[in-house]
Amino acid sequence: MKARAFSYFRAATIDQALDAHARAGDDARFIAGGQSLVPALSLRLQAPRLLIDITHIDALRGVRRDGGYLRIGALTRHCEMLSEPLIAEFAPLLHAAAPFVAHPAIRNRGTFGGSVALADPASEFPAMTLALDAEIEIAGASGGRRIKADDFFLDLFETALQPGELITAVFVPLFKADQRFAFDELARRRGDYALVGCGMLATFTGERVDDIRISFFSVGNTPTRVKGAEATLIGSSLDAERIAAAQAALEGDLAPPDSDEVPPAMRLHLARVLLGRLLGRLGEGA
Amino acid sequence: MNHSDETLLDDADETVRVRLVVNGRKVACEVAPRETLVDCLRNSLELTGTHAGCEMGACGACLVQLDGRAVHSCLMFAVQADGAAINTIEGLSDSGLIADLQAEFHRRNALQCGFCTPGMLINAHELLSQVAQPSREEIRDALSGNYCRCTGYEAIVDAIDAVAKARSAGGGAT
Repeated sequence: MKARAFSYFRAATIDQALDAHARAGDDARFIAGGQSLVPALSLRLQAPRLLIDITHIDALRGVRRDGGYLRIGALTRHCEMLSEPLIAEFAPLLHAAAPFVAHPAIRNRGTFGGSVALADPASEFPAMTLALDAEIEIAGASGGRRIKADDFFLDLFETALQPGELITAVFVPLFKADQRFAFDELARRRGDYALVGCGMLATFTGERVDDIRISFFSVGNTPTRVKGAEATLIGSSLDAERIAAAQAALEGDLAPPDSDEVPPAMRLHLARVLLGRLLGRLGEGA
Repeated sequence: MNHSDETLLDDADETVRVRLVVNGRKVACEVAPRETLVDCLRNSLELTGTHAGCEMGACGACLVQLDGRAVHSCLMFAVQADGAAINTIEGLSDSGLIADLQAEFHRRNALQCGFCTPGMLINAHELLSQVAQPSREEIRDALSGNYCRCTGYEAIVDAIDAVAKARSAGGGAT
């Protein structure tokens, strides 16, 4: 349970961090909160020669409005999702998801950007970037770019990040008065990985759903939008019939992997239960 | 490794000097980059109240306060903490800030074997500093990352609940 020997470099700027990564021949890892990386190093699932500490880079900090978006710096800690007023006001889905992320002491260290970069399919925040139609800002040797969350998560722990690239911030469209959100997860123990989790963001005209984005986690290799279920809900109010249709549509949207603990049929059932609950809450104005 | 820069990498086995303020005292120690904070506290600084349990962030025995917040000292390397202020269970105990929690744990047999106790106390201290009167549900939720191998959870929740009520009533737990 001890990491292999590595060198440590504390970067003061993004350029320094990128440069150090390049000089290490890509045999390096960035570390911020480290709440997933340190166990991976201790178990020697990863054994880079260089660890680049990015937690002292000011440009990666802070939460602020930026046009129609809330810019959430990559180093924003999970606990700040609960305490930062701008998050509560303009990205309330993240505020609602935060208490479900691990335990208090983990939330004190873990970072939002790190969670999105790791892209654990069982984690809350990567899935919520999909529900929020967020954009991920990336810095790399060839410059900066922004990429839609829809295009970011490629496969198990695989993202659009290239070796040596760094998430600098996540841009979340500002929450609007005609929108509603809901979040919940089913887990055996609070703070444990969810058996199934879901978050959603919908835009209403009166009781009619104009737009809805629904994202599940712990249901496959990546965080997963359920576009079939979304399509059944648009243009109508959230009555029992519509909700049942959305639940039925999950069969086409989700293909949970087989596992000894949770068979695919059970996970799909739990997803339907969770979807029904959350749509019920949205219909009641949640 | 064709393009690697050996000047950046050749010190993987070297030690680094880390400066910390631990329990209010400035200290410096020599650590290898791969040495976790809990190992530094226990081995270099001989502060063995912080316990190394699962060493992967699940059990909570290694909790310390880093710049005022509870963190797992097994989930960070000592080099990352360079320049930080750390309070261990020894410092919190000496400060008297958690004397009522300690007394109540003792009174209610919430200590049991004691291995998890330092982490439980640090977490309870964090909870009560943020929520003056947590419900039992909130206490359980806050403790969800702390394992007690003796399964003494009920007594631990009782103790924290009693201290919260006593503090809110304006005195220490009696």
